[in-house]
Amino acid sequence: MMQRRELIQGLLAGGTLAALGGCASSGATPSSAKVVVVGGGYGGATAAKYVRLFSAQSLDVVLIEPNRSFVSCPMSNLVVGGVRQMADITVPYDSLRSKHGVTIVHDTVSVIDAQKKTVTLAGGASIRYDKLVLSPGVELMFDSVAGLQQAQADGRILQAWKAGPETVALFRQLEAMRDGGTYALTIPEAPYRCPPGPYERASVVAAYLKRTKPKSKVLILDANPDVTSKAGLFKKAWADLYGGMLEYRPQHKAIAVDSKTLTVKFEVHDEVKADVLNVLPSMRAGALAVQSGLANANARWCTVNFQTFESTAAKDIHVLGDSILAAPLMPKSGHMANNHGKVAAAAIVAELTGLEVNPRPMLSNTCYSFVSATEGIHVASVHEYVAAEKTFKTVAGSGGVSAARSELEGTFATAWAYNIWADSLG
Amino acid sequence: MQLNRHRRPRAALFAAASLFIAVGAYGQTAQALQTRALAGTCANCHGTDGNAVPGQPMPRLAGLPKNYIVEQMQAFRDGKRPATVMHQLAKGYSNEQIDALAGFFAAQK
Repeated sequence: MMQRRELIQGLLAGGTLAALGGCASSGATPSSAKVVVVGGGYGGATAAKYVRLFSAQSLDVVLIEPNRSFVSCPMSNLVVGGVRQMADITVPYDSLRSKHGVTIVHDTVSVIDAQKKTVTLAGGASIRYDKLVLSPGVELMFDSVAGLQQAQADGRILQAWKAGPETVALFRQLEAMRDGGTYALTIPEAPYRCPPGPYERASVVAAYLKRTKPKSKVLILDANPDVTSKAGLFKKAWADLYGGMLEYRPQHKAIAVDSKTLTVKFEVHDEVKADVLNVLPSMRAGALAVQSGLANANARWCTVNFQTFESTAAKDIHVLGDSILAAPLMPKSGHMANNHGKVAAAAIVAELTGLEVNPRPMLSNTCYSFVSATEGIHVASVHEYVAAEKTFKTVAGSGGVSAARSELEGTFATAWAYNIWADSLG
Repeated sequence: MQLNRHRRPRAALFAAASLFIAVGAYGQTAQALQTRALAGTCANCHGTDGNAVPGQPMPRLAGLPKNYIVEQMQAFRDGKRPATVMHQLAKGYSNEQIDALAGFFAAQK
């Protein structure tokens, strides 16, 4: 019923060919919208919802996202560690449509024309925007590790750094591993998506192996000189919980893999052979941002005006989340992307309705990590926009990390997920 | 010193406000929008407009008395109320911001 009504609206709006052409979208693709959001992750979904909320449902919003449901990266390591199912980390997009009136088009954007202010969809339709929000996430740079692209295509060496089918596939590899095998995880040089994520993954995999295959080993091979987030807390957990089982090696920059033998080679150190090899290559802004010339920092990250998150490369295009060149101490996290979405939404609503743009927006961040199946730790920060320096800085005296790991913080980590999913998508 | 960090001379505020249209196309003031956006920095854990997910440990802020919210934030900041994370987050907000947030959440249903 709903779909037919949307289809009729689409026909009236002139999107006839696209709508009838059977492209991936359900229902209609409007020919224009005040605000078009590309990418329905933590940043984009939040921006879409909050433009509707902040404008009292007055500004029409189209969200373009290929996936039918949102699958959360935060909490996905618990699926890799065998204590959660994909259904536990999957959230439908329905509420954005039914509760907030966001038009959702399940498609991908192939071209952004910043001059004409249009996006062209892979399905062929074109949508004109007044404001574009781009939240494309990260692209894994497979070329940064020789042989990795093929090893990935063959399903031999996985990343599982975008939650989805690979998350389960990595768990299956661990499930099939012999007792006494080695799980090796390589970490690229910062910045990469989710600074504590690899250390959390190594921890929950160690917990899984300790439970099920206690002769096994976990090897963390880190390109960075030290653990990049919550170092003290992670190292204490490793020593207390997985002593003799988990080994951390810094300064290990992966440069090549051998798919057949599951061997990884490093810039300096000796190669390592594993039974399950999980190689995270370097990362950059999502491909669409790079193709569109928005990744104007070393062709890797998108520079933005932090007061509004408007790109410094193109007017009326706001870029969010992991794809931006971050301000000091601003992690590439889902929580941060959610907060970017709100600052951008408020700025867009202010600009489109004739209000002063907030001279001093604020952001918060709390990254929880599991160090076992039940125990959590966190790092938290509050950031204020400092106009004189045109950047966000952490508020002096705020923020910090857990006093110690605890099951209470594990409970809060789960509650954080339920709440941020509801805030971003509900 | 920290408490006065964000205070500006009143005259400057009036001057700044007069440069812009005070009320937008939908009857919303710039201040109301900014306060709502500020509340967005709490929403990730305490729910959109303070409506936290029921049954989870993070409390719902919508509809709590304003004074209670202000007192709790001060207690977190001063270390009088034990916490795992709120003592760290509360220190990121000025008295004026806490007052605006408390007023906003108290007015939510």
